[in-house]
Amino acid sequence: MDVATRSETADGTPADLRPALAANLDAAFPAFVEAEMSRIYGVALRLTGQPADAEDLAQDTLVRAYRALATWEPARIREFNVRPWLASIVVNLARNRARARLSRPTTVSLVDELAHAGIALHETPHGRLERREAAEAWAARLLALPERYRAPLVLRHVDGLSYDEIGQALERPAGTVKAQVHRGIALLRLALDAEAGAGFAPSSTRPSPTVRQEAAR
Amino acid sequence: MTPTRRDLNDTIDAAIEAGLDQLAVEAPSGLADRTLVAVGLAEAYAPIETVIGTIWVAFNGLGVSAVEAAESSQAFEAHMHAEHGRPAHRLEALPPRLAGAIQRRLAGDRRVQIPLDLRGHSSFETDVWMKALEIPRGEVRPYGWIASEIGRPKAVRAVGTALGHNPVPLIVPCHRVVRSDGMLGQYSLGGPANKRALLASEGLDPDGMEGLARAGIRYVGSDTTHVYCLPTCHNAKRITDRHRVLFRSAAAGISAGYHACQHCRPVAAAA
Repeated sequence: MDVATRSETADGTPADLRPALAANLDAAFPAFVEAEMSRIYGVALRLTGQPADAEDLAQDTLVRAYRALATWEPARIREFNVRPWLASIVVNLARNRARARLSRPTTVSLVDELAHAGIALHETPHGRLERREAAEAWAARLLALPERYRAPLVLRHVDGLSYDEIGQALERPAGTVKAQVHRGIALLRLALDAEAGAGFAPSSTRPSPTVRQEAAR
Repeated sequence: MTPTRRDLNDTIDAAIEAGLDQLAVEAPSGLADRTLVAVGLAEAYAPIETVIGTIWVAFNGLGVSAVEAAESSQAFEAHMHAEHGRPAHRLEALPPRLAGAIQRRLAGDRRVQIPLDLRGHSSFETDVWMKALEIPRGEVRPYGWIASEIGRPKAVRAVGTALGHNPVPLIVPCHRVVRSDGMLGQYSLGGPANKRALLASEGLDPDGMEGLARAGIRYVGSDTTHVYCLPTCHNAKRITDRHRVLFRSAAAGISAGYHACQHCRPVAAAA
């Protein structure tokens, strides 16, 4: 598809779509969606663990991005930090939604209904990767972590952001992010130890007792 | 040398990081299409059944963007692409809420709000369409009425053109706008026969309307209230034969001492 070729340069690194977005948002936005949606969806999926929620979150993130960009001056569009900015939107939406879900039922808008109206088009099954057992196990261990460790780990390993970029996305100092990533890894090591001790791999997203204890500290 | 606990942890941590690095996924490809529909850079569409047959309805996150009588979904997609340059994605059916709102609107419920995407059209066109939205089911107004009501009394021909370009017929009921001489006139959604069928389905008598028009009758008055109306006004329909007075012009009504109806505002149509 020519959208995909336009979003990558010859050496395979992502093209900078900001000048195109600044020049003509509507013309460039489809390529921007193609270039960014998998990372956004991946972050949403690993934060929530629910493919349907992740799709809603990813779509909301991109819709918000479009609406924001539509109000920005071209100079601002040429200079914004694309990936930390998108990451901050998806992390905040995931957080708000988790909070809202606790307090009230969600309302359905016309656009939300799209997902249920059968725009399935070329929908693929939710990824071969995801079905792979090893990845599932890691996803489950990650979901068992408290959000403040999970979000930086997801942004680092799923989105591939630097500590500086994660800091921008989460509005925390890079040093704090680095410490949280290390702490998150340490919690995962404890979870692994617990699994080894119990002699089985986690089959659900429930935190192991060890992790829960750690998280409470 | 035996590995220290620290070496072991480093090894485990490297394995953990390698494990986490496997967690990237590909977005379901429908996500791009849904996102572009949501922001209005693409359409979703589906057929609906109406009294004039299968009609195609396209919409995006901003609202309904097109209503068309096309031969096939391919023909409709080609039309959409020519009109907007945007891709259109076929749905099995409209989202239930939208489908319900459209059916209620077609049944005459004007309280139901249907968002419309009228980007790229002039404010004159939009004014004409919003005015047409006010015409109740079972009534018609002449082009000149719309022109006067939107403050452009001389733009009668332009009103006709704007109605011909109505991208959302049925929802914006341009079939309820007729020629100033009372004849039914043209219809963009599949031709004049559809206009007759729609008006008949809304309880009007197209042949009777055109008979009255051919006889030169433009207004109907009541000799009890001394109010005169456009012939399809719901107030005019309540006048009994015994009390019905026919006028060829507003001036004739006024000189006979009749007042213009507040509901159909026939004065605006006199232009």
